[in-house]
Amino acid sequence: MTAARVEAAALGEPLIDAHAHFYHAAAGRADWAAVNAARFRAGERIGITYHVASILGSYGFSSPTYFPSPDDVTMGNDAMLDLCAREPDRVRMLVTVNPNHTGHALGEIARGVSRGAIGVKLLASRRADDPLLDPLAQTAAESGLPILHHIWQHRRREWPSQEISDGADLARLAERHPRVTFILAHIGGGGDYMHTFPAIVGCPNVVADLSGSGVDRGMLDAAVDTLGASRLLWGCDLTMETGLAKLRALEAIGLSADELGAIRWRNAARIFPAGSFPRCAPATAVT
Amino acid sequence: MIDVNALIGPYPFRYVPHPDPDVLVRVLDREGLSGAWVGDLPSAFYRDPSLGNRDLYAALAPFADRLRPVPAVRPDWPRWEVAVRDACDAGAPAIRAYPPQWQLGPHDSSMRELAIAAGEQGMALLLTVRFEDLRQRHSMDSAGDLSAAAIRALARAGNAVRLVVTAAGRDLIEEVHWSLTPIEQGRVYWDISWIWGPPEDHLAKLFRTIGPERFVFGTQWPLRLTQNPRANLDLLPEDVFGARLADPNAIVAR
Repeated sequence: MTAARVEAAALGEPLIDAHAHFYHAAAGRADWAAVNAARFRAGERIGITYHVASILGSYGFSSPTYFPSPDDVTMGNDAMLDLCAREPDRVRMLVTVNPNHTGHALGEIARGVSRGAIGVKLLASRRADDPLLDPLAQTAAESGLPILHHIWQHRRREWPSQEISDGADLARLAERHPRVTFILAHIGGGGDYMHTFPAIVGCPNVVADLSGSGVDRGMLDAAVDTLGASRLLWGCDLTMETGLAKLRALEAIGLSADELGAIRWRNAARIFPAGSFPRCAPATAVT
Repeated sequence: MIDVNALIGPYPFRYVPHPDPDVLVRVLDREGLSGAWVGDLPSAFYRDPSLGNRDLYAALAPFADRLRPVPAVRPDWPRWEVAVRDACDAGAPAIRAYPPQWQLGPHDSSMRELAIAAGEQGMALLLTVRFEDLRQRHSMDSAGDLSAAAIRALARAGNAVRLVVTAAGRDLIEEVHWSLTPIEQGRVYWDISWIWGPPEDHLAKLFRTIGPERFVFGTQWPLRLTQNPRANLDLLPEDVFGARLADPNAIVAR
């Protein structure tokens, strides 16, 4: 038995990956099914109870990943709905939308939620503080949905292929919509996370996920010190070994069992709609 | 298991918590690692790394049973040959060089001379592709990543050469490996500190195509979480799970 398997079995506590992605046949890569299978394989080793996932249109095959066309958004959401139907015990869906197409985006949210989606995924199609995001946030507030927003930690310039936002941009949106919980994506996903923490610390309705390929020493300590364990969600995004490493590092930096449990799953259970994770122990009883 | 890619000392572009040798030994214990090859992190950014080497030797002396020094040698600096001999006398298994930080191009003849000189003394030449993700670098950190061209030029320099290339990703590894003859490929070892695991499974793909015997265990502590390469190995698919990496002590004649 591997160390990871031992670890998952020994802990016996739920684990929610708040930032996952899957692929589909029109995503432009021949190995799409193998990549999905690898996520499930690694998830079982790590002990992931639920993958909270989205599909980003065609991932650039027929429109840009971060500016997906309405047709690609719908196609990706369809694939995600199909996957949820096939894997009801371990996959949950975020509806991907492009806020430049307001009517389509609102329609996709309604369609996804009617079939069980538990949140909204925003890419980098429009700056986070742009007024075009307001109707989407209002809908999320009315439906009790969190919004996971792709983030570049401290944007210092424009980058190609995306209209990137950082923590300060997201904080401005969050201040306009205090009833919505915004999940700031992947503090390890590129850029300077040390800019992000003070940028969002004053917005209690912004939480951060730990995902991303970055495993800088000091990053987790700073996140916990600045935001507190109650505002952090565990996640992997594109690299699951970094997710497992962060899980082990969180134990090594001396968090209490309560803090670890909060990051592993209880914060997610609090933020997403009630009943989203029936395989997790009663979440509402734990604060 | 030995960590070939550990460092001590501060990093100029961001705060790094307690990068000290006594802490490193405790981390090795926690992670079940028997020892580490250790460089001096600030020396990568000094014009003359020799004083950094002096500090490195002194700092590691109390931990000689676990930590082996890997000093930095700049081959365009006067009397660099003496620094190589000093490294040899100090029991170093390898020496470090930082061509991008020292603005030495991919075909710099002094780098080839250094690689050969180290190899003739039974030491590897340890190269660093990057210290940080490109997307987070300080505005004054303009060196750029070590290129595939630079690595393959050194791999072709001669039979004595042994390279340990750290912090490379799949694309760079494949570009270098498949640009070399089988004999030249055998001179190059890669640490796994920056290679992606599942779901893309880059490490597994490299084990299948290039072979696990071309890889060594490395963490890039204190910059990165020590837990990461171990997690990567723990998540390998069944067909390559448990694959044996190269023994760093076996690739150098010391």
